[in-house]
Amino acid sequence: MTETVTPLQKGKRILLVDDEREYVLILAKRLRRRGFQVSTAFNGSDGIQAMRRNDFDAAVVDLKMVDIDGIEVLKVFKRMAPEVAVIMLTGHGSAQAATEGLQLGAADYLSKPCDLDELVHKIEMACQPSHNG
Amino acid sequence: MEWRSRTSEEDKQFSHQSYYRSLMRKMMATILLVSITPLIVISASILYNLEASYRAKAMDYLQVLVKNHRNDIDNFLEERLADIKMLSTFCTLEQLSDEEFLRQQLNRLHSTYPHVFVDLGVVDGDGMQRSYAGPFKLASADYADAQWFKEAIKKDFYISDVFMGLRGLPHFIVSVRTKANGRTWILRATVDFEAFNSRVQTIQIGATGFAFILNRAGEFVTKPRVGIANVSKYSKQLIESADKDSEHVYVLEPENGADAPTLYVYSALKGGDWVLVYQQNARDAFSVIYRARIIAGLIFAFAVGCIVVVSIVMSRNMVRRIVESDAQKELMNEQVVHAGKLASIGELAAGIAHEINNPLAIMMEEAGWMEDLLDEEELKDSDNMEEYSRALAQIKKQGKRCKEITHKLLSFARRTDPEAKNVQLNEIIAEVINLSEQRAKYANVKLVANLAPELPSVSISPSEIQQVLLNLINNSLDALAPRGGTVEVSTRAIGDRVQIDLEDDGPGIPEANLSRIFDPFFTTKPVGSGTGLGLSICYGILKKMGGEITVNSAVGVGTIFHVSVPATQEEPGTPQDPLLRQAAQSAN
Repeated sequence: MTETVTPLQKGKRILLVDDEREYVLILAKRLRRRGFQVSTAFNGSDGIQAMRRNDFDAAVVDLKMVDIDGIEVLKVFKRMAPEVAVIMLTGHGSAQAATEGLQLGAADYLSKPCDLDELVHKIEMACQPSHNG
Repeated sequence: MEWRSRTSEEDKQFSHQSYYRSLMRKMMATILLVSITPLIVISASILYNLEASYRAKAMDYLQVLVKNHRNDIDNFLEERLADIKMLSTFCTLEQLSDEEFLRQQLNRLHSTYPHVFVDLGVVDGDGMQRSYAGPFKLASADYADAQWFKEAIKKDFYISDVFMGLRGLPHFIVSVRTKANGRTWILRATVDFEAFNSRVQTIQIGATGFAFILNRAGEFVTKPRVGIANVSKYSKQLIESADKDSEHVYVLEPENGADAPTLYVYSALKGGDWVLVYQQNARDAFSVIYRARIIAGLIFAFAVGCIVVVSIVMSRNMVRRIVESDAQKELMNEQVVHAGKLASIGELAAGIAHEINNPLAIMMEEAGWMEDLLDEEELKDSDNMEEYSRALAQIKKQGKRCKEITHKLLSFARRTDPEAKNVQLNEIIAEVINLSEQRAKYANVKLVANLAPELPSVSISPSEIQQVLLNLINNSLDALAPRGGTVEVSTRAIGDRVQIDLEDDGPGIPEANLSRIFDPFFTTKPVGSGTGLGLSICYGILKKMGGEITVNSAVGVGTIFHVSVPATQEEPGTPQDPLLRQAAQSAN
């Protein structure tokens, strides 16, 4: 299960944006254990700030947040750093929002609660050069 | 509580019944009023006008009749007088004093007017009869004291009342006074009473109509047939009101409330000495009116009877229809309420599901984290390692179950429409059956597709209809599971809809459960193996796409679900084009 650490993802810089603090923290812990460099933001505006300051390979953004909607955050990310792959996290009921996210340039989406392996797989896929162009 | 609720239910029923009963009564009353009132007005006015005009006509007829007869009788008397006048003018007193000559004249009169003149006589100024021709022996009768003579001697000509006279038979006298040789003479003739009487009695109409003549003293000049008592009651009134000099015909209709009201039509004749009276029972005179009244009454009664019957039948039918439509409305209201309830339950459930999603995600990640940590070397040798792993696996497994529930709840209540496109149901069904084949094999169930060719395409979300069909097939498979059986999926076009029938020969659904199977969380499966959301999700999806789902089931026979969705209004062929379908799919 945990033997998925590959040289490719070593050192990959990930930004996690979700207003569910506990979720971000545990997810960050698990991803770090798998070799990712993880930054966390607990709301949309913090996420944008983080994106402005640092370079990331990928961002995982929750759709439903209290201050700024995930879709808006996605739009800003795509303007600021179009090369960063964005994966949207959704509740199952917001499939349409996820589709909208894909149309706005998100690399992929996942519905919460998600399997960590699946998330890792999607991040890997999104960071492939073919998906990054 | 039960007792109270039952009585309130009965009260409701009772008030409904009394409401419908009063509604029926009102309808009946309205129909009766609206139809019978004009009927009464119309028939009354027609009858009244008919009666008035017929009465006037009948009266006119009687008046003309009486007038003609009066003229006839007057003429008869005038003519008889003229006969006698002619004799006295053209014959000398000497000739008339000769009985032989007188007899010849009488014979001549007899041959001209049979049964009119009885005899002839010449009377001198003192009342002595000088000569006589006739059947009686009155050759030298003395009329000096006779009433007629006293009158006749005063006038040039005279017609007497009917009297018995010397011969003891009813008769009347026509006399002419002449002067010859310085002396006054009277030529008199007796008119046969029977002949005259029959002349009056010929006026006879109906069963009770007859005529008679009264003199000024109120005595009968002719013999009335019947009704003397009544006549004498009004004779004075009749005589006084008949104007002597007028030819007018009068009508008297005494309103005495007698059981047989009588009608008198009369006119003065013989210069006012006599009054010709025609008497008839009013009922008889206007018998046509009375008959018309009876017929009209019968028709009216028949019409009213018909109206009453029609009003009863009509109001009953109408109230029955109202009851039916009310019941239907109530049922529909219930359905609407039920649908609304489903919708609100769905929204509530969606809210809860959404809120649960995040804590659930955290819990599962934490469990994952613990799993990650268990991989570390120093823990691998722990005694309870196996138990930790099992517990974490169990947490993840149950977490997944929760996730499934929340996701199903969210699909049930999902407001956003996944994109609909034109699809061929047959293809989707084939796919779904393909997907279920493996499970069916384990459940020992035979899946049969019976798909109608050239089915119109439908405009729906393929993934959603797939979900519906999968749900239904899974339910059937679950129902058939231990024993096995057959599930048949068939399609057909009905009007502008496409229907999918999904039939299994499983144990069936008890009637008590049938009305609840589309309710969220209703399940008959053991705790843990079913969420009770499958069918309510199907229901929600189909409602949203304008489709319907109904179920028929019989315990021990099987269950059949009917799913119907509206067909696309498009030329056939397009959606079947595999290239287009492929393009549509890749575009998604």
